[in-house]
Amino acid sequence: MSTAILTVTTRLFRRDVRFRVSLIILIPLIIFAVIALFSPYDARSSYYAPINRPPSLSHPFGTNGRGQDLFWLMSFALKNSLVFGLQVALLSRVIAMIVGVIAGYKGGVTDQILIFLCDSFIVLPIFPILIFLRLLTREMDLATLAVVLAFFGWPWDARLIRTQVLSLRERKFTITAIFSGENTWDLIFREYLLHILPIVFATTINNMLWSLGFEITLSVLGLTPLDIPTMGTVTYWAIQQQAMVMGIWWWILFPVIFIILLFTSLYLLFVSITDFINPRERVLTR
Amino acid sequence: MGGFLKFFIRYLGARLIVCFLVIFVGVTITFLIPRLIPGSNPAEIAVRRLQMAGAYLPPESVEPMREALLKLYGLEGSMIEQYFRYWRELLKGNLGPSFASFPTPVVVLISRSLPWTVGLLALTAVVSWVIGTLLGGVASYRGKRLWVRVFEMFSNAVRPIPYYIFALTLLIIFAYVLRWFPAGGAFQVGIVPSFSSTFVKSVIKHGFLPALSLIIIGMGAWFLNMRNLASGVTHEDFVIFAHQMKIKESTILKNYVMKTAMPAQLTGLALQLGTVFSGTIITEIVFNYPGLGTLAFTAIMQSDYNLIMGITLCSIVAVAFATLLVDLLLPFVDPRIQYTGGAG
Repeated sequence: MSTAILTVTTRLFRRDVRFRVSLIILIPLIIFAVIALFSPYDARSSYYAPINRPPSLSHPFGTNGRGQDLFWLMSFALKNSLVFGLQVALLSRVIAMIVGVIAGYKGGVTDQILIFLCDSFIVLPIFPILIFLRLLTREMDLATLAVVLAFFGWPWDARLIRTQVLSLRERKFTITAIFSGENTWDLIFREYLLHILPIVFATTINNMLWSLGFEITLSVLGLTPLDIPTMGTVTYWAIQQQAMVMGIWWWILFPVIFIILLFTSLYLLFVSITDFINPRERVLTR
Repeated sequence: MGGFLKFFIRYLGARLIVCFLVIFVGVTITFLIPRLIPGSNPAEIAVRRLQMAGAYLPPESVEPMREALLKLYGLEGSMIEQYFRYWRELLKGNLGPSFASFPTPVVVLISRSLPWTVGLLALTAVVSWVIGTLLGGVASYRGKRLWVRVFEMFSNAVRPIPYYIFALTLLIIFAYVLRWFPAGGAFQVGIVPSFSSTFVKSVIKHGFLPALSLIIIGMGAWFLNMRNLASGVTHEDFVIFAHQMKIKESTILKNYVMKTAMPAQLTGLALQLGTVFSGTIITEIVFNYPGLGTLAFTAIMQSDYNLIMGITLCSIVAVAFATLLVDLLLPFVDPRIQYTGGAG
């Protein structure tokens, strides 16, 4: 399994420019996020550094109006955002896999009920609902928000997995397995899982893009816990405290650059993996 | 033809019933939700605000005051009484007073912001849809041209970036660094709204950046969508056959490729027009534009029931009628869909 992943990665790396670019951006970003663990400062504290200093040797990204070192702040924010995105993605993947596999394997009435459930979730207007939810629970920490987003983030992917299982169900090896008396769980975990995992991985990245985008949007409205640095809250404070009007460009520049780098690299990774999994979906032109 | 008209009326009737049902359910839900949020009763908030301001209120006067406020706000009586009163007033076109900026009626507040939102969003939605669809259709056919590749790269580069960040970047570059456009508002402070050229110029100048951000994002998305749809069509048998028949290229593109991909695009446009109200919040906050989105956001933050309900009502009606419009238009674009509902 692990050697297979390695071969696929090296092949993609050699062939696909998008994959190469995304890894070259993403790996340093992840390293930068991991550095947060070795920070000399506490993530939530403020006024430990002189305020509004431009980038210098002691503060490579400068400091902001709340007396925070932007280098470490960005590192914390990147770490928290990535962890948040992964939480949402993993949790919603679990739901999507359970629903998708059951709907695809069982078929019939079960399938119809589950698909109806999926479709109802797809049409829900998430943004207003989240604003209302946020008002209902005046204090919602990041982990709770992750659970709520995960609750809304699974239906498209459950449908994808269902389609895959539906086609696997019709293959010969399924029939062979059933007739040779293999346990349903073994069939699903040993045989089907390998076929589903590429989709799960690709949709994980797409889901992260979605949830991170949501986090930023909600933060900008002041609806997430604002004392925890994330990509969204860092931007929120820069806007809130008029960084542009005061001419403290580095306060807003670094968050924006990091967000653009993160989203672009994740998106490129997603596109290149989707292409790899399903070459027939590629856009054809005459 | 008479048969067609009969079917059309029956079809229209069924769609209208669905449309009103959606509005009814939507109104009921929006009536309930703010009333179920604990600690957001506006009368309580008003009393608390007075107390916080340091006014001394003897306990025996608080209760009558609360009751007077509830009555003033139209919140006395049980939930069911309130619900029926709400519908009665709604049908008269009265949405009640705003709680946060009492006693301005909600209708006034909404009609003050609505033109800005509708003007900005309807315009940008239509412009980006038309350009994106046309370019996407042509691009699916002429995929190797340089401009197609450049445009595709640009659309793909813009696509993953969260809209907020994209809008913010535009704002920073054009309003703060280059100072070409103002950083907020809908028109110059001090100009009286009228049809004079200074006012119109000011409106265009203030609306340019928000419109640009929406058009770029929207155009990219429609372009990619149409390209994917249309490039699927170019490999269908009937297009290949048309080629072998030596039908003119432009005819194939217009009548064979683009037309086939149109229903999906049109549905997308209508659905997008419906989400105008929730989609506008971020734009208006970034560019400080005085539209419905900003109004909705402050209303939610201040637990202004009546205003929230008024705005949601607008949004529900917009969504319901946008869907209705598509249902009625689709048979014109796609002959496979018929008013009879079945395969005719």
